[in-house]
Amino acid sequence: MTTHNILHLLSIFITSIFIENILLSFFLGMCSFLAVSKRIDTAMGLGIAVIFVLVITAPINWIINHYLLVPGALASIGLPNTDLSFLRLIIFISVIAAVVQLVEMIIEKVSPALYLSLGIFLPLIAVNCAILGVSLFMVEKEYSFTETIVFSVGSGIGWWLAIIAMASIREKITYSNVPKDLEGLGITMITTGLMALGFMCFGGINLSSDDSSNKNYEETIIPSFMEK
Amino acid sequence: MLAQIKKNMYESIWKSNPIAFQVLGVCSALAVTVKLEDSLVMGIALMLVVAFSNFTLSSIRHYIPNRIRIIVELAVISSLVNVIDELLLAFYFDMSKALSVFVSLIITNCIVMGRAEAFALANTPLLSFWDGIGNGMGYAVILAMIGSLREIFGSGSLLGVQVIPSFLFDLGYVNNGLMLIPPAAFILLGLIIWTFKALGGANGDN
Repeated sequence: MTTHNILHLLSIFITSIFIENILLSFFLGMCSFLAVSKRIDTAMGLGIAVIFVLVITAPINWIINHYLLVPGALASIGLPNTDLSFLRLIIFISVIAAVVQLVEMIIEKVSPALYLSLGIFLPLIAVNCAILGVSLFMVEKEYSFTETIVFSVGSGIGWWLAIIAMASIREKITYSNVPKDLEGLGITMITTGLMALGFMCFGGINLSSDDSSNKNYEETIIPSFMEK
Repeated sequence: MLAQIKKNMYESIWKSNPIAFQVLGVCSALAVTVKLEDSLVMGIALMLVVAFSNFTLSSIRHYIPNRIRIIVELAVISSLVNVIDELLLAFYFDMSKALSVFVSLIITNCIVMGRAEAFALANTPLLSFWDGIGNGMGYAVILAMIGSLREIFGSGSLLGVQVIPSFLFDLGYVNNGLMLIPPAAFILLGLIIWTFKALGGANGDN
């Protein structure tokens, strides 16, 4: 693997954690994020379970998509014109549901201790939009297999980071004096907004290794800030 | 029957709005609210999915074994979302590109699942259908509110038509760039929830 490739993977990794955080800039996985971010230890459990499931489902979905669903994938068995991509949604969600179920059973069998800490979160994850979102984004961005793995790990860590940060803030908010009608969901949304704003400042980082995009960055981004 | 539907609608839009009070369905929604048009399409798409999934699941509710009901629900919902997705691709291609993966993500929208579990499996098909419409509407209303605020203050237009008169721009008025970035959606939603609660939309027990 060349240096360029490693840098490229690193850039996908950092981008998916900070710059395009799956939760804070694509709003995916909000439901469980809001429901489970009241305490740090439960948030930690859910966050790790999300990383875990993401890393398993996204590559599986990539393989299925690449070898079965994309137009022309079935050419080797004599069906060059078959395009099964309309089945993508149903297959992806079934894979996710099945994997979650499977992982739950395996963990229960192999490590009861881990099951006790992760187990209750696993069913929640089947309908977590972040999981399906990562699979869909990987198709939309046309990632290769390695890129998909890196992207899923990065997105998982990004989600974990966001929920941990939120849980810590919410534990502090309990002690502060919030207007009555703003309590709970309202103040949580606004805090999330401020946190997202904080994460926006990573947007200036430019990780791509080739010079053309560096030049591009200087030409486009800086002047637009100067004008303001 | 009619009275019950009406009461149900009132409750799902105002008294127990799925977004404002039940924290459901914020997932796939906020990213599409930069423009009012996108928000409206997304709201309508969700409304159709909830209504028809409620209707279908309620019609077959006596035949679904309890243990595998989640899978059955997912199958029905994802087929419906698939139909909507293909329809958008066929007749509304630009919008389909603008909404990108978010239409597909209706599958994992908690409102759809939530209504199926909480309402459709225990009520008649027609009632469930209207419950779906009501909840979808409650979602669409919030989306439209955020969408119009973000479009007016972020780009000075509404549905693509300039609404902030150009002489204001000559006087030094500038569009608020904050409205175009994701955090604005969170903050606006927080403020909308605050307003809803303060105006007494909440039924007090949560």
